[in-house]
This record gives sequence, structure tokens and C-alpha cells, in this order.
Amino acid sequence: MLQDKDRIFQNLYGYGDWGLAGAKKRGAWDNTKGLIEKGKDWIISEMKASGLRGRGGAGFPTGLKWSFMPKPDPARPSYLVVNADESEPGTCKDREILRNDPHLLVEGCLVAGFAMGASAAYIYVRGEFIWERERLQAAVDQAYDAKLIGKDNVHGYPFDVIVHHGAGAYICGEETALLESLEGKKGMPRLKPPFPANMGLYGCPTTVNNVESIAVAPTILRRSAAWFASFGAKNNAGTKLFSISGHVNKPCNVEEAMSIPFRELIDKHAGGVRGGWDNLLAVIPGGSSVRCVPAHQIIDTPMDFDSLSALKSGLGTAAVIVMDKSTDIIRAIARLSHFYKHESCGQCTPCREGTGWMYRIMQRMVEGRAQKSEIDLLFDVSKQIEGHTICALGDAAAWPIQGLINHFRPVIEARIDSYTARADKDAVKVAAQ
Amino acid sequence: MSARRLAEQQPDSFEFTPENKAWLDRQIAKYPPGRQASAVIPALWQAQKQHDYWLPQKAIEKVADLLGMPYIRVLEVATFYTMFNLEPVGKFFVQVCGTTPCMLRGSDAIIEVCQKRIGEQRHVTADGLFSWLEVECLGACCNAPMVQINDDYYEDLTAESFAKLLDDLAAGRPTHVGPQNGRNRSEPLGGLTALTEFYGADGKSGPLSDPAAAAQPAHPGK
Repeated sequence: MLQDKDRIFQNLYGYGDWGLAGAKKRGAWDNTKGLIEKGKDWIISEMKASGLRGRGGAGFPTGLKWSFMPKPDPARPSYLVVNADESEPGTCKDREILRNDPHLLVEGCLVAGFAMGASAAYIYVRGEFIWERERLQAAVDQAYDAKLIGKDNVHGYPFDVIVHHGAGAYICGEETALLESLEGKKGMPRLKPPFPANMGLYGCPTTVNNVESIAVAPTILRRSAAWFASFGAKNNAGTKLFSISGHVNKPCNVEEAMSIPFRELIDKHAGGVRGGWDNLLAVIPGGSSVRCVPAHQIIDTPMDFDSLSALKSGLGTAAVIVMDKSTDIIRAIARLSHFYKHESCGQCTPCREGTGWMYRIMQRMVEGRAQKSEIDLLFDVSKQIEGHTICALGDAAAWPIQGLINHFRPVIEARIDSYTARADKDAVKVAAQ
Repeated sequence: MSARRLAEQQPDSFEFTPENKAWLDRQIAKYPPGRQASAVIPALWQAQKQHDYWLPQKAIEKVADLLGMPYIRVLEVATFYTMFNLEPVGKFFVQVCGTTPCMLRGSDAIIEVCQKRIGEQRHVTADGLFSWLEVECLGACCNAPMVQINDDYYEDLTAESFAKLLDDLAAGRPTHVGPQNGRNRSEPLGGLTALTEFYGADGKSGPLSDPAAAAQPAHPGK
């Protein structure tokens, strides 16, 4: 088990002081100037060596992403944009960083911004997180007052941090939709290329990173890449915030080492599965957008990118949604289909039409009011959506349904059978009258 | 996608209060020159807060005028983002999270309380106090089921604690924002399993424990 001294988010539960004094006591803002004096190349190479993979879901190596930024050009500023539009069902980790350890994020913005030559960081917080946004703004104000950031700060690198917010659109968690939203438009994803590193916010070079990816950076640089890389399996380095929700005895957020086996994670921190391990039905291990995994496959699986990909699922945001045997798994996935139908931005036809189409079939599957041949039809439609849209929302809508059909087809068929049996009986009654 | 229309009954005019106008000017100054459109979401949000939590057409036009944007661009934004209420809501606007993580923990029971107590979705009670809406994931999944009432999250609800919460709000009694089951944030209920070296198992007895800082004030920004 990860030791407390190796946890990066030492105020995850908000029992300590979130403010500057408390953050400094826990080690934030310690020798930040020293880190910056070591230079951009050192920071980027340390981040690459640490093996940190982006914490927003896709798992792209963070150091590599930073290295894509072009050389600073006085005529065209560069920006760091922090994606705090945390809306993936199951995921609630960034919220704890924003409200309990906001200085780690502010310091991370400065260090990451310096490494990529950015002049400012925009932090895009989801609109519903009003309380968290105010807390983050208070931390940013403290940092300005203490001259830790700003035009003339003690670190000798002029840098602004601006807190921005959305207004309730899941799609704005997609990086180019987020940039559109930040520019004052509807959050509709952009076609790539050009990639944000060349044409991002206001047409300037931009890197978009998740809150957790940025907030862990200063600690990694202070404690060394080798320290961070010592946790987790090869290619899946570091510590990670896990959001454990659903049918566990004690749902919670917790920071653990990557590659911790699923059973250990749940037993140690979440008080076990409700009703015991024999009562486990399935798990969605990485936020709603990944395929669900049945109990027997996941129990002893290490929770990391590669092990979960091998199960045709994914670590995603490490939002672990646990479902016990009382769950109506068809309804659980149908509710996700409703989510994607509601959150589709409507730009691409396969997603706009397809998400509604899949939701309507899923609704009938919940009742069993369907033909068995429609299961294959549904699978086929989901394949037509996957990969045929500008952004990954189409894929995200398709995968939960594919996971359901792959692992729980007999449940769907039994539901259809029982509905048909009832219908037949009713038909006889009508005939007898 | 969700189809959203402006309310049929609209007020004749909308003006920002001087304080909100000054606030908006400060927001615009955060963005590079010429990029004042970036402030459109904060501006609409402030307008909504000023106007009983819903956004009339005149406010949309006012924001467009102030930011130098065509009306249609701001109307697009107002109809795209679902936190903008385009029709009147109750004094306490209850948004119930119904997405799968909350559903697994019993949001059906919360919705049932709303139906009994308030009525259909989007319906404002005769006393003007309540209306409710089922919304998509509000990002507090470890504290499911939960609701957002105006700006505040109420988490770890049961049908009983939620019904009592509505009673307290209706009677004007103070409420406790956040988890309703004794948790501080999203730690495991009944004792920490991590960070105990710093805060003790109860969170309150370790060397870094700071009860004053840990208390969750109603709104840190005020």
C-alpha cells in the first residue's frame, strides 16, 4: 500500500488548511524558483522520465505533450489551458484538488507554463462547481498577493493564471470544444489538424492538460522522476487518484499507486463490495466512457492503463463504478445512453442521431420489448457511430453498449424472453374475452 | 442534444445592477484585448443570478450589446449550455443528479420525493419556492446520491434526509451544505484509510489537522 509520505495530495479530504500557509506546510511552493532555474529542457525531460501519462482519460504522456509546443514567438503568445471541466460520470477527483489542494494546481500551472513557454494559464472549471471555483480563485488571489505568480513575481517568469468557467456542457471536456467555449462560442469540437499545439486558444499555440496532470508536476520535479516512476507497473507509472463509487460499503476518493489490484483497492479503502465479493456483478473501471468488465475478469486485475486495455476496457479517469448483483445492468447502461444523448453537441450526424437511436433501443431493452435480432442491430449501429465523428463522444457513447452486449447478452435475451412470455399470456386473455 | 426554447412570457427590459456591471468589466479585463466574447458565459451567468435564476431574452441581448457580439451568437450560447434556465424556476431550484453512479446509490428515491413534494419537472410550486429537474452527472459521484440546490451541493442523501432538507429550506431554517451523513468531503465514512499520519484516523487529531480551515463555509468567495 502507498505510504502517506508518498501521497502527493496530502489534503485530499480537506481536513487541513487549503490556503497558502497550509499548502506551504505540506511542501507546495517549496523552491519553485530552483525548479524553474533548471530550465525548460530539464523540466520536460524529467516529466518524460517520470512516465506520467495524462490523467484526463486518454493517458497520453504528459512530458511528450509539453514538448510539442513550438518555440516562443513574441508576436504570438502561447497558452496553457487546464481542463477542470470534470463531468465524466463516476469521476470526482479534480473537485477535491480544486477545493482542498488548489495551490498544487496553481504552482503546477506556473511550472508547466514555464516549461512550454506559455504566458498565461486559463483554468476552465465546470459551471456547476461554483464553490470549488470560488475556492480556486481565492488560492489564485493568494498566489498573486504573495507575488508567486503575476507580471512581476519572485520566480522571475511573468505568468498569469485566470479562472474561467463553463455552464453545464459535458462536451466542453473535449479539448477543442473547451477552447471554443473559452472563446465564447458553443462548445463544438474542432476538426484536427491543426492541433491545439499549433492553433489553439485565440489561434495561438496551446496545450490542454487535466487538473491532476498539472497538479502532480511540481511534486514530481521536487522529488525526482525516479521516485514517481517507482510506483506502478512499467509504462503505467506513478500514483493516481481513484474515485470509487457505486455498490461499495464506503465510496471514496483515494490516492493509490498505479497498478494496485482491484480487490486490494476496494478492500483497503472502500470497505469492500456491498454484500461481499461473491455479490459483485460488474465494474466500469474508468468513467462511463469505457466498457464494463464482469466480476471474474476484474477482481485480480491491476488498475492501470495497459491491464485494463487488455480487457478491452480502460483506466480512463480511474473512476471506478462498482455494481453488485442487485443492479439492473441493462438499465445502468441505458442511463448512460441517455447521458450521451443529452450531451451530444449535435455537430456530427452519426452522434446526434445515433445517440438518440441507441438510447431508444436501450429503453426497450430495459423492458425487454425488443427482438433478439435487435441486439445485433444495436451492436452494428454502435460500430457505425464509433470512429465516425469529429470527437470521441461518439466512441464514448458506443463503448458502454458494446461492453454490455459482449458480456451480458444472456441477460438481455432473458429480459426479452420474459417480456415475450408475459405478452403471450396477455394475448391469450384478450382472445378468451 | 436537448431542445431548448426561450420562455413565452418575457419581461420588457433587463439592466445589470451597477455592481454587476462593474463585476462584468473586471471579467472582460481578464481576457486579451478584442477577446471580450470570452466573458459571455460568466456574463450570462451573472445575469441569470441577478434575474431570479433564469435568463430572459432581454438579458441575452444586453450581454450581446455589452460584449459587441451579434444577438444570435449569444442566443446560441444561452440555448447550448444547460445551466442557463430559459424559463422561471423556483426560489430553490433543485437539480437532481440521475446519472448511473447516483442511480446505483438511490437517486430514484430522491426523484420520488421531488415528484411527491414538488410535482412534475420544471413545474414551479404555487408558493414559488420549489422547482426541480433531473440533470446529468454533477461530478460528486463518491457522495451519491446528491442534488444541487441553487449554488450548493447537498450530498450523501437519503429520501428522509432530503425530505427534511426541503422542509428546512421551505421554513427558512439554516441547512448544512455538503455531505448529510457526517462526512467532511469524499473520504471513506467512519475513519480514514489514507493520510492518517497527517490527520489521524478521525481527520481531526493529526499534526496537520486544522478544524477551522476544514469547516466548509457556505461560500468561500463571499
